[in-house]
Amino acid sequence: MSRILAVDDSTSMRQMVSFTLKAAGYDVTEAEDGLAALNLAKTQKFSLVLADVNMPNMDGLSLVRALRGLPDYKFTPLLMLTTESTPEKKAEGKSAGATGWLVKPFNPEQLIATIQRVLS
Amino acid sequence: MSNIDLSRFHRTFFDESLEGLDAMESALLRLDIGQADAETINLIFRSAHSIKGGAGTFGFTAVAGFTHLLETLLERVRSGQRQVSQADVDLLLRSVDVTRAMLRAADGGDACDLDNVARVSAELEQALDMKPAVVAPVAARPVAAGWSIRFIPKPDIFASGNDPLRILRELDRLGDAGITCIADDLPELGAIDPERCYLSWNIALRGDCDEAAVREVFAWVEDECNLEILPLDQPVATAASVEGMEAAPPAPDAGGRVVKKPQLNVVEGGKAAAESSIRVGTEKIDALINLVGELVITQAMLQQTAESLDPVLNEKLLQGLSQLDRNTRMLQEAVMSTRMLPVEAVFSRFPRMVRDLAAKLGKQIRLETVGESTELDKGVIERIADPLTHLVRNSLDHGLETTEQRIAAGKNPTGTITLRAAHQGGHIVIQVSDDGRGLNREKILAKAAERDVPVPPNPADADVWQLIFAPGFSTAEAVTDVSGRGVGMDVVKKNVQALSGQIEITTEAGKGTTVTIRLPLTLAILDGMSVRVGDDVFIVPLNCVVESLQPQPGQVKALTSNARVVKVRNEYVPLAPLHQHFNIRADAQHAETSILVLVESEGRKVAVQVDELVGQQQVVIKSLEANYRRVHGISGATILGDGRVALILDVAELVRGYARAAAA
Repeated sequence: MSRILAVDDSTSMRQMVSFTLKAAGYDVTEAEDGLAALNLAKTQKFSLVLADVNMPNMDGLSLVRALRGLPDYKFTPLLMLTTESTPEKKAEGKSAGATGWLVKPFNPEQLIATIQRVLS
Repeated sequence: MSNIDLSRFHRTFFDESLEGLDAMESALLRLDIGQADAETINLIFRSAHSIKGGAGTFGFTAVAGFTHLLETLLERVRSGQRQVSQADVDLLLRSVDVTRAMLRAADGGDACDLDNVARVSAELEQALDMKPAVVAPVAARPVAAGWSIRFIPKPDIFASGNDPLRILRELDRLGDAGITCIADDLPELGAIDPERCYLSWNIALRGDCDEAAVREVFAWVEDECNLEILPLDQPVATAASVEGMEAAPPAPDAGGRVVKKPQLNVVEGGKAAAESSIRVGTEKIDALINLVGELVITQAMLQQTAESLDPVLNEKLLQGLSQLDRNTRMLQEAVMSTRMLPVEAVFSRFPRMVRDLAAKLGKQIRLETVGESTELDKGVIERIADPLTHLVRNSLDHGLETTEQRIAAGKNPTGTITLRAAHQGGHIVIQVSDDGRGLNREKILAKAAERDVPVPPNPADADVWQLIFAPGFSTAEAVTDVSGRGVGMDVVKKNVQALSGQIEITTEAGKGTTVTIRLPLTLAILDGMSVRVGDDVFIVPLNCVVESLQPQPGQVKALTSNARVVKVRNEYVPLAPLHQHFNIRADAQHAETSILVLVESEGRKVAVQVDELVGQQQVVIKSLEANYRRVHGISGATILGDGRVALILDVAELVRGYARAAAA
């Protein structure tokens, strides 16, 4: 079973993502900010990380940069959850090392479809 | 997978959004106009941003639309495009109110004022200088029979976590994809770097899809590949025509700036947020507290039984019991602490209130809070909010002078109200102080005479200040809509006493007034004095006990056949014989041969007649109403160490009953 790390400071969003992906058969671990996620990723291996952009303590872009620096995450899909779909925001995520993004608001079906495409 | 019901997340969404709004509000209030600190702005932005994201996802489109405006304004502030002004803060605060109302309405509460939503939305749009969005007409493109795609990934495409195979798979899903792999650049096996991509692809995609759908597949890798998409009837570009594109240096971004070394944006001092927490229903915690209460009682019973055991023969058992005693107490403290909240939960409502009321009254007022992190029981916090609100309003309205009056008196034109919380022993002390005009003895006495409030002869200052707690007392010359009609202070005192607390006033003319409230840390445990009447044990809340005495002959006088008083230090106090009140047996029928416990509530005293003082102890309060029914003169029950039930006296009710009987 693929292990996914879901990172969001909003409890409701985190629960929604986690519940949806678990229903789709993934093994999901939650983290409430970038720092917590980074600490988890250092001790466990995830096949995909899904991170919000705006978070306290460590934002999503910093998390992606830090993860890309870890040998285990050099080629791991790192997806950003973003409310912005402007080209600048996307470029910012890409230059940090993100694989791609999912624009909020999204529904559970879109979420599953995206994850399945990346992890198939 | 379309059967996921998002409504299961609504509760959490509402709770966290309302919390976010509170955080946003307090951050807005502490924002320094002119030199706004970046972390505060970030926090405000994040709150709006999270609400918008959640609202969109969970289907609250009106909330999402409104918070989008709010977020856009905040984004401009965050990115430095806009300097925050006082008018902005006012608008943002009103936006917080609107969002809150919308969320409450969405949560099934009262409908929100749509006119107000529209008004504040318009103001936000105006602040953003938004023109109605012009939707660029999308040219209707003829859908081709298919697309000819040339896809040349950059060598480092893997470093972004993207896999060209995923893209090919997705293209295949759009239609019938004929894929040709071009491996001309593949080096010899020994020279292959497995982390680089040497391949490129030509794809002939036949199917009924538009160009946007094809581009969407490549959206994540736009910057990591060279891409050509042409209608299928046009010839595919030759490899030569895109040659050289590969050699483009990958690093510099659009502005040609050097990409900065990765830096961790770790914010120090964000400890509150870093502490991980879970949300648990209060009923679960209360059940836990209840169970621990039972455990404490069981443990006390064991302890009592063990006292009769031979300490030498039962050494191990007794050791174990004393360890159980220690662990039980620690467990009890730990469980109690889960119900504790920082007093900030109630203090946080005041900055906004003071700001709004100060503006209304035309006074300059600064609010200081000290000790916001002091913790107390959630139940106490909920019930102390109203009395505190009343006290702060009083200070604002009556306590602090107008700016002109303050200048004339040579004081700082800005008045200060200080809210202070601290632990003192087993109590929490909350103070509301102002540096205003102080209470006026003559004015209070005159008002007391006018209102027929009884005044003791030659009252000490402290007695005079107590008069303002009398029902219906008000010294405000004019009734204002800020602190109401002076109906408050007696209610404040009653509320504080209902929490087993005490309230007192200190004041100095021209310097200010301080109201001090002392409260127990928790409502679940009570410091009590246990007293015996015949075979029954009662608990008297210790905070009501004034003294206990053995009356001398002649000290007790009968007023009528039922009502008797006892003379204590030149004061006649009504006698409350518990055995008569509850119709139970007592050792001594007459007050002269009993013990009297003097208790006080709402400023009046009663002498409770009992047989014996048993001792002082902490008791776990059990509700009598929930387990039996309401009994007059009893506020609850507890279980003693020997397993017997002891009733806790409702002193306020006893005092009211006997004081009335004696006065009749």
